[in-house]
Amino acid sequence: MLLITCPWCGPRDETEYHYGGQAHVPYPENPAELSDAQWAEYVFYRDNPKGPLAERWVHSTGCRRWFNVLRDTVTYEVLASYRLDEPRPGGNR
Amino acid sequence: MTPEPLPEHPDFLWRTPEPRSSYDVVIVGAGGHGLATAYYLAKNHGITDVAVLERGWLAGGNMARNTTIIRSNYLWDESAAIYEHALKLWEGLPEELDYDFLFSQRGVLNLAHTLQDVREGVRRVNANRLNGVDAEWLEPDEVAEVCPILNVSPRTRYPVLGGTFQPRAGIAKHDHVAWALARRADELGVDLIQGCEVTGFLKDGDRVVGVETSRGRILAGRVGLAAAGHSSVLARLAGFRLPVQSHPLQALVSELHEPVHPTVVMSNHVHVYVSQAHKGELVMGAGVDAYNGYGQRGSFHVIEQQMAAAVELFPVFARAHVLRTWGGIVDVTPDASPIVGSTPVENLYVNCGWGTGGFKATPAAGWTFAHTIATGEPHPLNAPFALDRFTTGALIDEHGAAAVAH
Repeated sequence: MLLITCPWCGPRDETEYHYGGQAHVPYPENPAELSDAQWAEYVFYRDNPKGPLAERWVHSTGCRRWFNVLRDTVTYEVLASYRLDEPRPGGNR
Repeated sequence: MTPEPLPEHPDFLWRTPEPRSSYDVVIVGAGGHGLATAYYLAKNHGITDVAVLERGWLAGGNMARNTTIIRSNYLWDESAAIYEHALKLWEGLPEELDYDFLFSQRGVLNLAHTLQDVREGVRRVNANRLNGVDAEWLEPDEVAEVCPILNVSPRTRYPVLGGTFQPRAGIAKHDHVAWALARRADELGVDLIQGCEVTGFLKDGDRVVGVETSRGRILAGRVGLAAAGHSSVLARLAGFRLPVQSHPLQALVSELHEPVHPTVVMSNHVHVYVSQAHKGELVMGAGVDAYNGYGQRGSFHVIEQQMAAAVELFPVFARAHVLRTWGGIVDVTPDASPIVGSTPVENLYVNCGWGTGGFKATPAAGWTFAHTIATGEPHPLNAPFALDRFTTGALIDEHGAAAVAH
């Protein structure tokens, strides 16, 4: 069971949250100019690293707010959790 | 007293050759799909200068970690075609490979617990029949006839409102399947190389010409990836992305019991699937963990929910003990259908994205992937499963028939 820290409510069991996939995927700046391949990238392609991954979680049975978690996909260690308006700790990679 | 001498060591089923410096074809991953691909490359296409490279040991990844269910009751024409091809191959494989891997066509029940489940199930039965796949819709009393230990009382939290039944579906002994394929591929000249991790790809421009491995550089005319949960890791090394996400999927077995469970029962809604192995263990699976992971273990609460569902559906299981739990890493695509075909790198082909359902597809995945590697063209059965469907939008949405929530 993961222990995830909600930035507003503090540490809670994984079961209080829902997973939202990769974080920091911005909506295209000029959607009308995107090719089909670029749309495919935006809609269907996400990082799937073996190691740290920045991902979105929502505290569904708590404050119901979204936030980001930096988590290792091999050890499942939660490295950081932070608000959506905060940058990914340690830079983008 | 002299002790009894130990018996002779049994014959090995395959050789353990040193990797050569080059092959016509290198397959990455000696699981069911990689072994089946090598077997059909040799048998159907006469290509025997083949190495299958395995980072760990043969069939020690998802092949060793699945719940061995075989069925072809998928909704869409494309899926029904490839899974039914697999089922037909399964029906002949024990004889063809001369190996009894305990393929048991005991049927699969997919239960419906909501009105929407019922509608989806009836629709799928009709779609299956139109595709020549055996399928029946069963009312609750008929469900109870097929599997008498199932609780079909209306007084449960999610009553059984009926179910689809595929009589030709069943289970097989996964390890024996792998060993049977490995032995025959080896006899046909394929080198099965364990303990050999692919660490990079050799490229000439946009064309792959070999692989870097933990045991040196191996040149290859063509390379096929069959690495399930690790496919996107390999793709990244080769310089392209795949629309797959890796998730832990766990399963468990109980202690041994007398035969009590005559078929396979799956429930998408309350989320458990159960069969009884030949030896007597109840083999159960759950859904995937929601988050990405490579840890080959799953969350405890997923087991907890699965067991609650199992005990409600099968009250007789209430006193059974869990013997062992484990997890595999499944590669999930956005439409819950596999990706089989070419990649942005010339001569590099991928077979991945089977998600939670790769075992049942083993012979057809190997058959079609071997065709693709041998000819450079898709087989009619895998053509719809090309990578470019995520650009064209021609998705094959099998979340409903995939039967495991992901």
